[in-house]
Amino acid sequence: MRFAPGDRVRVRDAWPESTGKKVHVRTPHFVRGHVGTVLRVMGEFANPEELAFGRQGLPKLPLYMVEFEREALFPGTSYGRESLTADIYANWLEPGEQI
Amino acid sequence: MSEGHHHDHIHAGHDHTPHAVQEPRAEFRRLERAVRELLVAKGVIGQDDVRKQIELMDSRNPAMGARIVARAWMDAGFKKRLLDDAKAAADELGIDTSNSAAVVALENTEKLHHMVVCTLCSCYPKAILGIPPAWYKSSAYRARAVIEPRKVLAEFGTVLPDDVEIRVVDSTADMRYLVLPRRPAGTEGWSEDALAAIVGRDSMIGTTVPKAN
Repeated sequence: MRFAPGDRVRVRDAWPESTGKKVHVRTPHFVRGHVGTVLRVMGEFANPEELAFGRQGLPKLPLYMVEFEREALFPGTSYGRESLTADIYANWLEPGEQI
Repeated sequence: MSEGHHHDHIHAGHDHTPHAVQEPRAEFRRLERAVRELLVAKGVIGQDDVRKQIELMDSRNPAMGARIVARAWMDAGFKKRLLDDAKAAADELGIDTSNSAAVVALENTEKLHHMVVCTLCSCYPKAILGIPPAWYKSSAYRARAVIEPRKVLAEFGTVLPDDVEIRVVDSTADMRYLVLPRRPAGTEGWSEDALAAIVGRDSMIGTTVPKAN
């Protein structure tokens, strides 16, 4: 699944840390399960979850700069318009609902 | 010893030695030394590589980023190239980013202010700004930047109008972000060097904004 700027995406609500296996994850907790919008496509990169264990991390994964409403991530904390972006690899994203 | 709290006594069942604060740093130093010495002993890297890398890192500093910002303020063509491909633009000014992860410049505008954080660790555009400040790596900044960015900005003396969108940029992956701050009013006709002199490190992280005085 590939995404383009403007696409709505949902970060998978997955918690590999809880499996008991050793993992390396670069998807912050606070965006998991949330819907955001692709701002930019950043290119393709070897999967850091594999690289961390000395593996090749291939094939490379598309990396997206995804924008979230900060208020949705941390309700009751925003003053004015505030957003938050995080860079999320494709294996963590699925299509989000359309606006 | 902390103020007003003398540690010549034992609290119920546990003593408050200051080790809790100091020990982790000592641990990391020992770990770094052990790994480094092993890598050198096993021939993975040479002692010379370590020295070269330290020298390279020491040669980087925020003045390099300030030159990039000042040039972008002076030259619209350069600014466009910077926003399209920051590493190539840095290269134009003789700033070598060949060993760096991808660098992306984010332009602040009248209506949008970027503030960079790495909540997972301390990712930072070292090739352009050098070593990150201690506060950037602190868990307080990393947690609070995403939870209460305007409050954190205010603590840096940065109060932006309510209609300016704050975009907190969490560099969670292979990108390193450099904020291109707005050129302040009152700097018309300034030389590039004079402009570079008012571009502080924190303004390129997005926690402050450059001022003309």
